Amino acid sequence: MARIPGARELSQGMSYTASVPLDLARDEPTAAEPRPLVFRHKLATRIWHWVNAVAVVVMLMSGLMIFNAHPRLYWGSYGANFDKPWLEIQATPTIGYVQIGDARIDTTGVLGRFTRNGVSETRAFPGWATIPSDYNLALARRWHLAFAWVLGVGLLAFLIASLVNRHWKHDLTLSPAEIKPRHIWDDIKDHARLKFAVGDAALRYGILQKLSYIGVIFILLPVLIGTGLTMSPAMNAAWPWLLDLFGGRASARSLHFIAAAAMAGFIVVHIVLVSLTGPFNQVRGMIIGKIRLPKERAE
Amino acid sequence: MRVTRRHFAAGLGAGLLTGCDRLGSDPAFQKILFGAEKLNLGAQRLLSDRGALAREYRPDQMSPRFRSNGTAMPASPAYRAHLADRFAGWRLAVDGMVAQPLSLSLDQIRAMPTRTQITRHDCVEGWSAIGQWTGVPLKLLLDAAGMRREARYVVFHCADNYGSTPYYESVDLVDAFHPQTILAWGMNGRMLPVENGAPLRLRVERMLGYKHAKYVMRVEAVASLAAVFGGKGGTWEDMAGYEWYAGI
Repeated sequence: MARIPGARELSQGMSYTASVPLDLARDEPTAAEPRPLVFRHKLATRIWHWVNAVAVVVMLMSGLMIFNAHPRLYWGSYGANFDKPWLEIQATPTIGYVQIGDARIDTTGVLGRFTRNGVSETRAFPGWATIPSDYNLALARRWHLAFAWVLGVGLLAFLIASLVNRHWKHDLTLSPAEIKPRHIWDDIKDHARLKFAVGDAALRYGILQKLSYIGVIFILLPVLIGTGLTMSPAMNAAWPWLLDLFGGRASARSLHFIAAAAMAGFIVVHIVLVSLTGPFNQVRGMIIGKIRLPKERAE
Repeated sequence: MRVTRRHFAAGLGAGLLTGCDRLGSDPAFQKILFGAEKLNLGAQRLLSDRGALAREYRPDQMSPRFRSNGTAMPASPAYRAHLADRFAGWRLAVDGMVAQPLSLSLDQIRAMPTRTQITRHDCVEGWSAIGQWTGVPLKLLLDAAGMRREARYVVFHCADNYGSTPYYESVDLVDAFHPQTILAWGMNGRMLPVENGAPLRLRVERMLGYKHAKYVMRVEAVASLAAVFGGKGGTWEDMAGYEWYAGI
């Protein structure tokens, strides 16, 4: 990578202007022209982000261990070993596999059957993906049902705080112009070309960002919490409508798993995009609230 | 650069995992983690009426086959003898903090008022099955024995063993006196099969499967669970760390 002259070299009067391309010189702020830190993320957003970073990971990993106790998913009110699952993760004496409907995918080494510390184990999700890493349904439930409070109460607090600090109004409301298919398509093309917002535009969410965050906050998290509660027999007695809303307990369990997979997908995309758009700047922004604006691209 | 970054990520992942495993077995952290059980109990009791009923299903909504779980055949010679005898000499004891301890034959229990309900059985593992249960409401037995005011829990002692200790479970009075809490002697229109807990099993419909004690031999009213076996209110609670409150 081409090295950019530092301020000291500049002051020593090196003649660099002719040899260094202009767009490279713009990559880093120079001492003469520092880009200021500008406010980006509200306090409530930052707190919720990091609380969730912990809570969601714990929920996903302890959830996979709970799934390991009965690695089969069904639709309807009931589902047990004599009933046909739509998805299962199992092992034969030689391989591990995921079966969806009639399609069987060999997943030996990752799902169903894998080697851990030199020992071949048969379990749906391997130790590196679960909390705790050794099979323990009771402890996984303790983690899951404790951090569920962090997730649920956190979401509620964030929703209230975001109403009060006008995060909704400022950052997450959709304007008629930006939900035009043309605008959305342009944003998709920009993402595909890894062309991300620069300058002042980086102070606002793009339409895909808005839709993702709205989807997570208003669909994914409520579905995860709702289907989670539907699996509770006591909640079924308290709020029987939960069973009707999600199509029965076995369906709620399936939807819970699908929504969790979607959440895992969101996290992967989120981390990839943060990595592509200046991870230091982004993570600092989510901690102290201020970011340095990415400079305009030289076209 | 890339290699170190990957190593860093892998190290972070491994550190996170060992960290979580260590935390999970740390007594102080466990205390916080396990504290959620009380929160769940409190919140669920707050949200639901004491008498709120578990959903009851139509016969056409029942599982074609109801699997059994845990013990399918108790090993003790005493139980085998009762089975061979078709439970003719078997007696249910209702004792502990009661005015009048009872010893009831299966025929006597079957002669009592019955409740039949088609409900869903939710195992802690994640599977569910819908079956029909017929039995005597627990409330009638406790009333007949004259449960004393100081009693707070009802303990169910079972004929099957988990390791070397007999299986047991317990519920508090909210669930003990719930209209759907029955000691079932019939299942799916027939006498309760051995694999499902013959001659008598608990149905406590707002709770997960491990609370539904099978092969019930004795119903004991107690003021505290501390002195009963491991003190946590049930075999799985003592042995594996399952929550005593199994509403979720």
